[in-house]
Amino acid sequence: MISPSQVEAMIKAGLPDAQVQVQDLTGGGDHYQVTVISSQFEGKGLVQQHQLVYGAVRQAMSSEAIHALSLKTYTPQTWESSRQAV
Amino acid sequence: MTPELQERIDNLVNQNKIMVFMKGSKLMPQCGFSNNVVQILNMLAVPYETVDVLADHDIRNGIKEYSSWPTIPQVYVNGQFVGGSDILIELYQKGELQQMVEVALAS
Repeated sequence: MISPSQVEAMIKAGLPDAQVQVQDLTGGGDHYQVTVISSQFEGKGLVQQHQLVYGAVRQAMSSEAIHALSLKTYTPQTWESSRQAV
Repeated sequence: MTPELQERIDNLVNQNKIMVFMKGSKLMPQCGFSNNVVQILNMLAVPYETVDVLADHDIRNGIKEYSSWPTIPQVYVNGQFVGGSDILIELYQKGELQQMVEVALAS
């Protein structure tokens, strides 16, 4: 089990410019929904964007401390346009 | 990963236009994320094959290495890794998934 702030810290360690929102879906500390905004996603496909985030939390995922991570990734630009659409 | 396992997975993703590695079966998914993928593909009404990773330990571990992707489900279209549950949902909502599978099935 891992706290939301630990998840956020792990992602920021891998992607220093990232803005990270972490939501604990079950309250159990192992199913998280995470939104990440980073300029490092620019020019990359969704698979590569998610792989960058998975890379940052790899150890917690392979030890199954985190069972499930639901990911949403945005570049600063796509984040702006998704907010305008709402 | 052994060359034999690599070849087994290569064959699965290349011999099926749409291949899903999941927990459980189409009729009885054993995980909510696997269920998401099955529901989306059923909505598109396209033919697809599945492998139950819970019944095959080698594939369960090997597939994570195969695409450097740590989670199940995994969806492959025309031999290419497309994503897991989150990406499938996003591509479906954008209408891109429909296009991708139509192209794959026509090829």
